[in-house]
Amino acid sequence: MMRLPLAAMIGIFFTSLYFLMAIFAPLLAPYPMTEIVGGVWEPMSAKHWLGTDNIGRDLLSRMIYGGRTTIFIATVATIVSFTTGSILGFTAAVIGGWVDQAMSRFVDLVMSIPTLIFALVVLSVMPVTIPMLIMVMGFLDSTRVYRLARAVAVDINVMDFVEAAKLRGEGRIWIIFREILPNALSPLVAEMGLRFIFMVLFVSTLSFLGLGVQPPQADWGGIVKENKDGIVYGIGAALWPAVAIATLAISVNLVADWVLNRTTSLKGGRG
Amino acid sequence: MSDQLLKVRDLKIGATVYPPGEKPHDIQIVHGVSFDLAPGKVLGLIGESGAGKSTIGLSAMAYGRGGVEITGGEVWVNGRDILQESVKGLRALRGTEVTYVSQSAAASFNPAKKIMDQVTEASVSQGKFSRADAEAKAVELFAKLGLPDPENIGSRYPHQVSGGQLQRCMTALALCPEPDLVVFDEPTTALDVTTQIDVLMAIKEAIRDTGVAALYITHDLAVVAQVSDDIMVLKMGEMVEYGSVDQIINAPQEDYTKALVSVRSIDHEEKTPTDNPMLKVENITARYKGTNFDVLNDVNVELHPGQTLAIVGESGSGKSTLARVITGLLPPRDGRIEFSDRTLSPDLAGRTRDDLRELQMIYQMADVAMNPRQTVGTIIGRPLEFYFGLRGEEKRKRIKELLDEIEMGDGFIDRYPAELSGGQKQRVCIARALAAQPKLIICDEVTSALDPLVADGILKLLLDLQKVENVAYLFITHDLATVRAIADSIAVMYQGRVVRYGSKSEVLSPPFDDYTDLLLSSVPEMKLGWLEEVIANRKMESAGN
Repeated sequence: MMRLPLAAMIGIFFTSLYFLMAIFAPLLAPYPMTEIVGGVWEPMSAKHWLGTDNIGRDLLSRMIYGGRTTIFIATVATIVSFTTGSILGFTAAVIGGWVDQAMSRFVDLVMSIPTLIFALVVLSVMPVTIPMLIMVMGFLDSTRVYRLARAVAVDINVMDFVEAAKLRGEGRIWIIFREILPNALSPLVAEMGLRFIFMVLFVSTLSFLGLGVQPPQADWGGIVKENKDGIVYGIGAALWPAVAIATLAISVNLVADWVLNRTTSLKGGRG
Repeated sequence: MSDQLLKVRDLKIGATVYPPGEKPHDIQIVHGVSFDLAPGKVLGLIGESGAGKSTIGLSAMAYGRGGVEITGGEVWVNGRDILQESVKGLRALRGTEVTYVSQSAAASFNPAKKIMDQVTEASVSQGKFSRADAEAKAVELFAKLGLPDPENIGSRYPHQVSGGQLQRCMTALALCPEPDLVVFDEPTTALDVTTQIDVLMAIKEAIRDTGVAALYITHDLAVVAQVSDDIMVLKMGEMVEYGSVDQIINAPQEDYTKALVSVRSIDHEEKTPTDNPMLKVENITARYKGTNFDVLNDVNVELHPGQTLAIVGESGSGKSTLARVITGLLPPRDGRIEFSDRTLSPDLAGRTRDDLRELQMIYQMADVAMNPRQTVGTIIGRPLEFYFGLRGEEKRKRIKELLDEIEMGDGFIDRYPAELSGGQKQRVCIARALAAQPKLIICDEVTSALDPLVADGILKLLLDLQKVENVAYLFITHDLATVRAIADSIAVMYQGRVVRYGSKSEVLSPPFDDYTDLLLSSVPEMKLGWLEEVIANRKMESAGN
C-alpha cells in the first residue's frame, strides 16, 4: 500500500466530508430546509450553529441541503458531459474524415459562444428545472471534454497496437473502449476533477443570477444571493456558502492531482 | 606526466531508477571499469543496450545524463583528474578539449541556426580561435570530410543537407576546436546502410589526418572493427574483454565476445519454389492520399507456402508501403493481390474474417505494437477469442501452449508489456500473430530495434516456427545479414520499384546491377580492412550521401 501524500489526504477528507453530507442531508440537518425557525439573521448560537438566514431559516440546515443540490447537479452534469464528450471525441478520432470535420466544426461553433451567455439565453426561454439545468450544463461542458478526448485519441489511434486491432478486424466499439479508452484515462480523470469544479461554480453562478436552482430549494449559489445584502450590515451569512464552494473546489483538485499521479505511474502507464 | 591522454581508473557510475509500482532506488550501472587511451589512438566501446557504453563515453567529459551520477573512481584527461574539476574547469574542457558526436545529428543541431555558426561556436566562445580562423578551419574540415561545396555548405541550415551530410557536419563540429579526444556515440547507427560506410570512411580519415584520439561507441562489432585500434567489450557495466581489433575479431577469448563475433551466422537452407504460390502481388502501383507520386511502381512478387520472401531496400524504397498495400491499409491505385487462390479486396473493409486471420503482421517497435494496458494473456488471447471463439480454461490452455512455443514460460501470462525486455516483447507479438493460425506473417523490420544477440534469437525462433507451423514470411528489412540468414527468395527495392528479384542464391550471386552491388557491399563485414576494400570497388554513390 502506497502512503498517501498529505495534500491528497486533506483533499480526500474534505471531498468525502462534503459528499457524505450531501448523501445523508436529511439525517444530518437539524431543521427542515424551508421552515422558518427563528428571527432574521440571528447570530451563531448553540441552537443555530451558523445562525439564521435572511427570512429566519436555519442556515446550517440550508447549507447542508444546498450542498446536496449543488453537488448532485454538478456530479450528474459532469457525468453527462464526460460520457457524451469523450465518446463523441473518440468516435471522431477513430472514424476521422468528414465525420470528424463536421463534429469538430460544430463543437467550435458552440465553443465560440460564451458559455454563461448561452446558458442564460437557453434557461430564460426554457423552464428552469433541475434536469434542464443538468442538460444545459452537461451539453455546454461536453464540448471541452470532446476537444480533450479527441486530441488524446488522435495520438493513440495512430499507434501500432491500434493498427494491429484494425488488421485483426476489430469493430469500432472494441477499438474505442478496449484499445483507446484505457490509455486515455489518466488525462481524462484529471480533467474530470477540474470540470466538476467548473460545474459547481457554474451552477452557483446561475443560481446567484436567479436562473439556476429556484427558491425555496436551497443551493450554495442561491444562499449567497439570498444573504448578500447582509454583508453591508456586517452579517456573514453569505460567506459560509462561499467558503464551502472554495474548499470543495480546492479539495477536489487535490484528489484529482493525486489520482493523475497514481494512474500515470501504474503498470504500463503512458506518461 | 604520463604518456596517456585518457586514464580511467575504477570508474563507478550509479543511477536512480523509477520502476513502475515500486519505490525509486539507486542502482549501479558501471562497476569499476579501468582503461587507458594514448594520444591519436581509437578505442572502440562495444556492447548491447544497457551495457553502459554511452555512460562511460560521457564520463570522459565528466558528464552524467539526467539521473546518472559518477559515484567513484578517477578520470584523468591530460594529466588532471576531471572528476575533481570545478564547473568552470569542466566548461573549458567540454566542447574544446574533449568533444562529442551523438547518434542523431538531426536532433543535435539547432534547426534555427546555420551550420557554420554551430560548428564554430565552441572554438569562438572558448576563445580558442578567432571567428575567421575557426571558419577557415571548418571549411578545411568540410573538405576533408568529403562534403560537397565546402566553401558554402556552412551557410545552409541543418534541414538543407541530407542525414549523412549532417552527421559529417557534426564530426566537423567536434573536430573544429582541435580537441585531444572525441567521443563518437553510435555516429552511423541512425543512417541507411549505404550511407553508413561513406560516413564511416570520412570519420576514419578525419581521425587519421587530425591525429585526434577517439572513443568509438557502437553496438555493431563489424563497424567498430573498421575504425578502432583497440576494442573494449562491455556487458552490464563490466568489462568483458579488452584487446587489439585483430585479437578480438580473430581470436576472441571470452564466450560473450565469441557470441558477438559469430552473430548473424545462422545457417539456412534455401527452399525451392512450389508450383502454386500462396501470395501473388501483381502490378501493384500505389501512392499516399494527397501526394502526386507513386511510392510503389508496378511491383510484382510471389511467395510460396512455408517460405520466406525478403523485401530489401533502404528507407524510402517503398518496402513498408508494400506491406500496407498487402494488409489492405493502403488500397493500391492499380494491380491486384492474390492470396490462397482468391483475390483480396483492395481495402481492409472489404476483406473477410478469414482473409484477415490468415494474414498477420509483426511490427518493428514491439513496445507500441502492444496495448500497454493489456496483459500478455489478453494480448495473445484476443485473437483466439476473436477468430476461434475460445473462452475460459480452453483459451488459457492455448495461451500457455503459445507461450511455450515462443520459449517463454506461462509465468508471463499476467504481466504487462512494460515488465518485459525488448526481446520478450517481440516474442509476445510473434505469439499474437501465431494465435490466429495464419498462412502468412508480414514481418516489418522485426529485428532492427533489437540488440544483435537478441535479434539472433528472434530470427532462430521465426525459422523454427516456420518449420513447425509451415507459415510463410514476408520479411521487410534493410539488413542484408538478416536476409542471408532467413530468406528463400529476395526482392531488392529501390525508389518504389523491384530492381532485382529471384531466389536467394540468384539474387546474391554476380553479376549484380549497380544498386544491388552498392547494397550488398555496404553491409559491414567482420574483417579488418573491409571498409577500404569496399570504397575502392564501388560502382555507384549512395543516394543519401
